[in-house]
Amino acid sequence: MTATQLLAIALAGVLTYAIRASFLVFAGRMTELPPTVTTVLRMIPAAALAALVLPGLVRPDAGAFDPVNSIAVGGVAAVLMSLWKRSIGLSLAVGLVVVVATRPFLG
Amino acid sequence: MSASSQTDELTLRGAFREGALEVLPIVAGIIPFGLVAGAAAVDAGLGIEGGMALSLLVFAGASQLAAIDLLARDAPLLIILLTVGVINLRMAMYSASLAPRLAHVPLLQRMAAAYFLVDQAYALTIMRVDRAPTRPHRIAYYAGVAAPLWINWQIMTAVGAVLGSTIPDWLPLEATIPLVFLAMLVPAITDRATLAAAVVSGVVATLAVGLPNNAGLLVGAFSGIAAGTLVALRTEARVVEVQR
Repeated sequence: MTATQLLAIALAGVLTYAIRASFLVFAGRMTELPPTVTTVLRMIPAAALAALVLPGLVRPDAGAFDPVNSIAVGGVAAVLMSLWKRSIGLSLAVGLVVVVATRPFLG
Repeated sequence: MSASSQTDELTLRGAFREGALEVLPIVAGIIPFGLVAGAAAVDAGLGIEGGMALSLLVFAGASQLAAIDLLARDAPLLIILLTVGVINLRMAMYSASLAPRLAHVPLLQRMAAAYFLVDQAYALTIMRVDRAPTRPHRIAYYAGVAAPLWINWQIMTAVGAVLGSTIPDWLPLEATIPLVFLAMLVPAITDRATLAAAVVSGVVATLAVGLPNNAGLLVGAFSGIAAGTLVALRTEARVVEVQR
C-alpha cells in the first residue's frame, strides 16, 4: 500500500463517517424531518445500489450491451437467493457458485 | 420468563445482551463477505495493512470492495471518493431515521454510534424501537448489535487477507462486488416507489456508461431518486384523496 492509497482510504473513511454522523449529530435539536425529505432519503439505497450494479452486469467492461454473461447469471441467482433468505453471505456464496459453473460456457 | 415481561427492570447490560443475541445469526451470514473484503485487498496489491485500514477507517463492506477495485486500477482520488460517497449515501437515510429516536442520547455517544452505523445495526435497532417504543436503553441495545458486527468484520478481514494469497485463480473475486450489491438491493426494494427508483437508476446508469469520471453513476442514482420520489408523492396524494 502506497502513501497515496492510504490517504485515499483515510479520506474515504472521513467521508463515510460524515455521512453516518450527518443527522445523528444534530439529533439533540432536531424533531422529525419533513415527510418529503424522508421520502427522498428513502429512495437512496435502491437508487444508489441499482446504479452501481446494473451497468457492470449488462455492459461488461463498460463495453457494448451484452447481458448474457456468467456474472449476470450469477447475479440472477443471488437475487433469487435474497428473495428467499435475507443473508448477504448466502447470496454471495450461491452467486459465486453459479458464476464459476457458467464461466466456461458464457465467459 | 420472557425478556419483554421484565421491561421495567431491564438493565443496560441486559439491553446490550439482547442486541448481541439478536445479531448473532446475522454476524454468521456476514463471514464470507468479510473474508472477501480482506482477500480482495491483498489480491489488489494493497496488502493486509490496506485491507485492515479499509475495515477500520471505512467499515462499510460494499464501498470497501469498490474502493479496492478502483485503488488497484490507480483511479483518480475524486472518483474513489465519489464512488464511496454514492455507495454509502444510504447511511444518511439511516442517520436521519435514527436521529429522532436517539435524540435523548448524549452527543458523544451519538458521535460514537455514527461510526458503527452499518446496514444490519440500523435494521435491527429500528425494528426494536418500532416494535417496543417504550423499551428502555435503545443505545445499549444498539451497542450490543454493533459490537459483534464490528469485531467479526475486523477479524474476518484479517483472516481473509492472510488467506488471500492462497485463493485459487478460478474463484472470481471480481464477481463478489456486483453479487453483494444485488443482495443488498433486493431488501432495499420495499414498494412501487423504491422499485421505480431502482429501475430508473439502473437503466439511466447503464445508458450513461460512457460519461467521463464515472458520472453515469451519479446521473443514474439521482434520476432514480427523483423517479422514486415522484412515484411516492403521487401514491401518497392518492391515499389522501381516498381518505377524503
